[in-house]
Amino acid sequence: MKIARVAGTVVSPISHPFFEGKRLLLCDLLDLDGETGGYLIAVDTVDSGAGERVLICDEGSSARQIFGVDTGPIRAVVVGIIDEIA
Amino acid sequence: MHLARVMGTVVATVKADGLEGVKFLIIQPLDKHQHDAGAPVVAADAVAMAGPGELVYFVASREAAEALPERFVPVDHAIVGLVDQVALVGGDQ
Repeated sequence: MKIARVAGTVVSPISHPFFEGKRLLLCDLLDLDGETGGYLIAVDTVDSGAGERVLICDEGSSARQIFGVDTGPIRAVVVGIIDEIA
Repeated sequence: MHLARVMGTVVATVKADGLEGVKFLIIQPLDKHQHDAGAPVVAADAVAMAGPGELVYFVASREAAEALPERFVPVDHAIVGLVDQVALVGGDQ
């Protein structure tokens, strides 16, 4: 999984049916020193908000399992909100 | 998934089985500020509504084929949505 910070939202009125009703977040990828410069657009499952540090699972079959589907063009999913990294 | 800008279309009459009717577009991957990031790639259009100049988001690797009606096809990038707005914290676009 990856550590990221929610930078904002992506508004998409027309999308693949899988994404209908799903919230897309643009997340800056982080490492232990801060931002890496990379980002991911991930589907939210934990009601995370802008500025929060989150966990992103970036793997297709895990993502489909989360949504309970066998098929779907999904890979990056926000699966947790990070309280603390010690 | 990442943002990209549609740059043009690719027409291929002869292609692998399962790709009949699939529209291919050239897309330029973008960073979060919508500046070019990396080299353009050819992506299948899984929403069938994207056109040149439009801002889209796309999936890569195995998930790209998952976006198409025929799921076991040799496709490595697919457009899965059109983007109206990217709303970043602090309002910067």
